[in-house]
Amino acid sequence: MKVLGYAGMVLTLLLVAVPVYFIVITSFKDRPDIFVSPATWWPPTWYPENYSYVTQEIPYWQYLRNSAIITLVTGSIKFVLGVSTAYALVFLRFPFKKLLFLVVIAALMVPNQITVISNYALMADYRNTFVGIILPLAGVAFGTFLMRNHFLSLPKEIVEAARMDGAGHLRLLFRVILPVSIPTMVAFAVITLVNEWNEYLWPFLMSDNAAVAPLPVGLTLLQNTEQGVNWGPVMAATLLTALPMLVVFLILQRQMIKGLTSGAVKG
Amino acid sequence: MQHATAVTATTERVEPSPKTGLAANLVPKDNLLFLLFVVPNLVLLAVFTYRPLIDNVRLSFQDWSLASPDPAKWIGLDNYREFFSKAESWQVVTVTLIFTISAVAFSMVLGLALAMLLDQNLKGRNLVRSAVFAPFVISGAAIGAAFYFVFNPQFGAVASILSWFGIESPDFYQNPGWALFLVTFTYIWKNLGYTFVIYLAALQGLNKDLDEAAAIDGTPPWRKFWRVTLPQLRPATYFLSITVLLNSLQVFDIINIMFPAGGPSAGTTTMVFDIYWQTFRNQRAGYGATIATIMFVVLLIVTVVQVRMMDRGDDK
Repeated sequence: MKVLGYAGMVLTLLLVAVPVYFIVITSFKDRPDIFVSPATWWPPTWYPENYSYVTQEIPYWQYLRNSAIITLVTGSIKFVLGVSTAYALVFLRFPFKKLLFLVVIAALMVPNQITVISNYALMADYRNTFVGIILPLAGVAFGTFLMRNHFLSLPKEIVEAARMDGAGHLRLLFRVILPVSIPTMVAFAVITLVNEWNEYLWPFLMSDNAAVAPLPVGLTLLQNTEQGVNWGPVMAATLLTALPMLVVFLILQRQMIKGLTSGAVKG
Repeated sequence: MQHATAVTATTERVEPSPKTGLAANLVPKDNLLFLLFVVPNLVLLAVFTYRPLIDNVRLSFQDWSLASPDPAKWIGLDNYREFFSKAESWQVVTVTLIFTISAVAFSMVLGLALAMLLDQNLKGRNLVRSAVFAPFVISGAAIGAAFYFVFNPQFGAVASILSWFGIESPDFYQNPGWALFLVTFTYIWKNLGYTFVIYLAALQGLNKDLDEAAAIDGTPPWRKFWRVTLPQLRPATYFLSITVLLNSLQVFDIINIMFPAGGPSAGTTTMVFDIYWQTFRNQRAGYGATIATIMFVVLLIVTVVQVRMMDRGDDK
């Protein structure tokens, strides 16, 4: 069984690494070296100019900045709304709480493509603006579910103790609940940031210039113009597009995986 | 990345709030705070998620172009009639089915197989886990653009590897079947990490006593898998079958960046892509809304069936 295990690991690593390796070396090849059949697996001459082409000729830094803005703003709104909605649903008294929760959760069932047509009609005037991109994405269902789940699992004693000390809701929230919820909040934040960074359909419909388009849309614009001609820069651009998330992943992978698996696996 | 929205339809597992007892101690100014905390989110969801849902149905009964200044024309069920009578619609449905079923089946089976293989104490296991999961967090557009070249029939990696065996590369760009293969393979490659990581976590929570009992009984590995391991994985399988299905039905980035015009002979035009195409390129928002409504209804039915099947399984 162990042998199978190691064999499986090697195969899997190959399956993941081989395409990546090919993409990397292509990004360092000049055009004549790319249009070679069959392809070579090592650049005959190194051509890092592809990268300077990407960062100078196309507005890569602007796409990056736009991605950062969209991600941080949308992520922050979602985070705040998710935590506060979950807190209210768990710790505040209000009629029909359970029903409201189900209403929020049901939003998870509504797929992207159903909402874009109508939202586009509504927001058409805000095309190519940050508001137009961010606002429709700001409502949060998954995060609410995640945080509510977590809040429900907190021991009653800490809440009771705070109440007995005369804590009002704001103090309860900030001094008691949030400090013990940090791991889940980090997982929530990380998952949300990744999702918003990679958001595609809505930004794609709502932007087509470098003023607001995020990286994945910028990459699409690049691919559309350079396709079939400038593979080197396109490969460089895909790597540069993937790089920020990759770095975040390497630092925070444990939190990311935790965020995903909570709620999925029993316990 | 189509969001890894963790849909769990088992709302029965969420207990009613045990905190309501504590909330009873508090003054009625709960209500104001509640509204402050909850209303913004609800408003956003109402305006941008629920309103479109209803609006979409209304749009499907109209002939309307997003671009033209002409008002929408009410045409009743004509859009639906058109959809169900056109041969192209059935091709779109077929492409969607092939893509979705392959994506769900392969990513779950392979994810489980990989998780089982790596559930032992092997050196370098964490490295493999990171490597497999990394594509999941990377933008589908980036992976799509990159893989498009990887599969280039003349200059790509796949063509090169095939040439070592003397095989000529299939035309991934112009052949509809192979184009569909390309987008499907890319999607599975990107999402394998998701099923893998969840199954791995589930396996690590398994009841070791049952494994020991099976070992003592001398149960053969295949039987052990079916009777001991798999049943315990049911919550994870259930969760994955719903989320992967929902996710794969919403794939747009990979397909759009690889085949922005819908693929050779519409070979990569899934229902989602068709919705986009009809609404934004064909200028037929009403027809696009029709496809979206049909898709949503089917999705609803499939999810309800899945939930029913799961509940019946739990009763055993």
